[in-house]
Amino acid sequence: MLRPTPFSSLHGSNRSFPRVAVTAGLILTTASCARAPAIFGTYGLAADRIAVLGWVFTIVGCAVLAVVSVLLVMALTRRRKRIAESDESTLEYSGSDHAVRWILIGGIAIPAVILFFTFLVTLVIQAEVSSPPRKAVATIEVTGHRWWWEAKYVEADSSETAITANEIHVPVGEPVRLVLLSADVIHSFWVPRLAGKTDVIPGSRNTMWIQADKPGVYWGECAEYCGLQHSHMNFTVVAESPEAFRSWLAIQRQPAAVATDTATDTLIARGLDTFRRSGCAACHSIRGTDAQGRIGPDLTHLASRNLIAAGTLTNTRGNLAGWISNAQALKPGSGMPAMKLSSQDLKTLLAYLETLK
Amino acid sequence: MAVTTAPMESTEQLNRIWETRPGLFGVLGTVDHKTIGKRYLITAFVFFLLGGLAASVMRWQLSRPEMHLLSPEAYNQLFTMHGVTMIFLFASPILSGFSNYLWPLMIGARDMAFPRVNALSYWTFVMSGIFIYSSVLIGQAPDGGWFAYVPMTELAYSPGLNMDFYALGMIFLSISTTIGAINFVVTFFKLRAPGMSLNRVPVILWGTLSASVMIVFAAPALTAACILLFFDRHFGMHFFDAASGGQPLLWQHLFWMFGHPWVYIVVLPAIGLASDMIPTFARRPLVGYTFVVLSTITTAILGFGVWVHHMFATGLPQMAMTFFSAASMMIAIPSGVSIFAWIATLWHGRPMFRTPLLFLGGFIILFVIGGINGVMTAPVPFDWQLTDSYFIVAHIHYVLVGINVFPVFGALYYWLPKMTGRMLSERIGRWVFWLMFIGANVAFFPMHITGMLGMPRRIYTYQAGLGWTDLNVITTVGAYIFALGVGLFIFDFFRSLKHGAIAGNNPWDAPTLEWSVSSPPPPYNFAVIPVVRSRHPLWAERLGEAPSTTGSELPVLEDGRETIGTSMLDSRPQEVLLMPEDSIWPFLLSSALLVFFYGILTSLWWLAIIGAVGLATTMTGWFWPSAPPDDHSRLLPVES
Repeated sequence: MLRPTPFSSLHGSNRSFPRVAVTAGLILTTASCARAPAIFGTYGLAADRIAVLGWVFTIVGCAVLAVVSVLLVMALTRRRKRIAESDESTLEYSGSDHAVRWILIGGIAIPAVILFFTFLVTLVIQAEVSSPPRKAVATIEVTGHRWWWEAKYVEADSSETAITANEIHVPVGEPVRLVLLSADVIHSFWVPRLAGKTDVIPGSRNTMWIQADKPGVYWGECAEYCGLQHSHMNFTVVAESPEAFRSWLAIQRQPAAVATDTATDTLIARGLDTFRRSGCAACHSIRGTDAQGRIGPDLTHLASRNLIAAGTLTNTRGNLAGWISNAQALKPGSGMPAMKLSSQDLKTLLAYLETLK
Repeated sequence: MAVTTAPMESTEQLNRIWETRPGLFGVLGTVDHKTIGKRYLITAFVFFLLGGLAASVMRWQLSRPEMHLLSPEAYNQLFTMHGVTMIFLFASPILSGFSNYLWPLMIGARDMAFPRVNALSYWTFVMSGIFIYSSVLIGQAPDGGWFAYVPMTELAYSPGLNMDFYALGMIFLSISTTIGAINFVVTFFKLRAPGMSLNRVPVILWGTLSASVMIVFAAPALTAACILLFFDRHFGMHFFDAASGGQPLLWQHLFWMFGHPWVYIVVLPAIGLASDMIPTFARRPLVGYTFVVLSTITTAILGFGVWVHHMFATGLPQMAMTFFSAASMMIAIPSGVSIFAWIATLWHGRPMFRTPLLFLGGFIILFVIGGINGVMTAPVPFDWQLTDSYFIVAHIHYVLVGINVFPVFGALYYWLPKMTGRMLSERIGRWVFWLMFIGANVAFFPMHITGMLGMPRRIYTYQAGLGWTDLNVITTVGAYIFALGVGLFIFDFFRSLKHGAIAGNNPWDAPTLEWSVSSPPPPYNFAVIPVVRSRHPLWAERLGEAPSTTGSELPVLEDGRETIGTSMLDSRPQEVLLMPEDSIWPFLLSSALLVFFYGILTSLWWLAIIGAVGLATTMTGWFWPSAPPDDHSRLLPVES
């Protein structure tokens, strides 16, 4: 039974689809919350080192601002010998100009020294973060699509490849190599707590590495303007212990499970049938079935993900129903069409999708 | 300065020669640099208000998470138009306005070197503005951001006319900018009054000269990029299409080879305005004139070597990026030179707190912040965190509002009395300044932090719980405070036209030549071209320098529109130049350009052909010899 849930309106005017408990805010505040993005207070090796560099520049910058502001205010307000109001035409100029020393010292010498040393710090840190400290334990091909992320775990020793969307799992404390590809326009891959961003450019294979040093869920986003739903092109990086990561990966490699419980079987079987009949397979794949679409996200383990629609909604039954029925109201311009399904079809479809753990 | 007035008959004769005829022909045909300058200022200011309107709607949309005031389409068009308007249709043209108005008055000439080209530059600016803004009327305004990255702006992802308006509009506007720049360069080197050698030129001239030389080299990169984009979109070419062997990064290189110099193009003249105003209010000459001028020129040169710092996240080789990183940090030094020159000038002077000085003080603080947050994006790894976040939005606004808008408002308070003959209100001026200064900082400073909290730029909405809400509320409040200041300025401007105190020739007791003539100046500027012997002609006696003179040494020059051509370096008088009469051709030529560009835009080739025929006709008309080659160009009968 599809139950209406408390509704925080994304589009108040649209009442034709089941009420959805959206809320994006929830994503970050509930128990399985992701850490909100920030470039200081970092949890990964690369971001840590960059934060050090950031502090150096921030502190030096604030100091320079403070000194120059004080000098300016003093220059404007310091005491001077009084001059009669009527004598404002007097000029303060003695002919020879020793004031040029200000420029030589304040404008050239001091900035040159500051810039030289901060540049040295920059070079050291740039060398540190440009490549991982040791060989990456995994390579993930991340493909930017308008407006979602696909992650493919590339492994030489496995015949089955794990493909997922908008949720990238990594082992804690291990460097992971990312190969960034674009299916359409330029995007930029950014997990502020873990590393700087790298652009995702069609025709290029940019690489970067990330390493999360504490278990947790880290908020990630597209940083390069990529069109209508650039705002809703988010993802999470889930860092877990190497054991948990390996078992997750093992499950993700599997094709979709076929349920065996007889009572629900018919509902689920009819759900798969709805999936096929309604044209979902044109865009989505579910490995282990004949759904092989490559346009939208791979749904083989949809139910294992915490978020749907590239970080737009929490993965609840109500949200999923709302997304299927009227994605265009929730994320205007998205590739997901509004599916006109009967409530019975929707119910079976949801029942089926929920088995994709 | 010993001001010798010409005999009454002469000024009447000069008025007859130089005055624009009344009526429609006069309105459309005038080549008076003062009229063109004022038109530039007003037009650019209108665009400033339009861009500000876009910003205020966007700030409402972003004041809370998940707002639905704007659709994503509308937001994307608005932020693109905000950027295009402020950067191309306001920031540069408003400075052209000041330069057009002030240059001849400051250098003791009667007009710009090519008055008709000047009119053409203005009309083309207006027409390209109309062209770009007509996209709004049909709801297809550019939506690819002001730097329009491919492939998102290619036909496959942007099938509407939106990016065609952008590509053609940029080419159209470049025509105006380029010919305007050439006019400034020639005016600088040939029209300075006798004796105004290079070391006696007001700093604004150096600023605009540097910017103009930059335009001549930078604009072709944008024009080329836009032509390639248009070919991709309309003729099935693949310059930027990776699938067919094109290269999306080619656009970024071409764009930023233009785009980064452009940032300096819109700040160097403003820095020049500041350098010329500060001495007036410090009651002493600028400290380190030569340093300030050299730092302007150095910035103009280095400005061409830093474009890659916009592309640090695109996966370029580390070594290459390091060079651009170093160059980007180095460019801070010339800025430091100027800042310390101003502080030293104020320190060793006796500051008079008038509204323009308030804006200049605010400008220095904002300039320092905009310089520091710029240097913070220069180290490659830190830029990987900051680029494309709201930190960059903070940076660009500190630079453009701080180093362009603030000196411009200071300059409006300073020079509007020269243009209108009436003073603006000191009391209201203080309010305008504090509203704008507080508003700008309340709006833009929190953006540094929203960026550090991971808010990407160019998002039409954001989710609650990311920690961005409060900061965005503050930014929105700041934006409206700023807008209030601008509104109050507009009120003050219209109030002053009727009720402002009469300015007189030199209300600020300023040192430069434009203050030696009446406010507003006569159509011919100078009855007798002055002979300059000092960097501060109107302060010369008080500074113990040789006084500049008019009247005794040079003839009145009243046999037509005449001014004096001088040598490039030390301004020795060489010849009497006969300047052109008013002409309708520049207006018609720009109109033909507008028709031509609409023809290309709509792929109505007959319309483009009409435009092209119009172009050929107006150019023929313009260049048609009207009289036998004149023997007017003659050597001056004076020794310098």
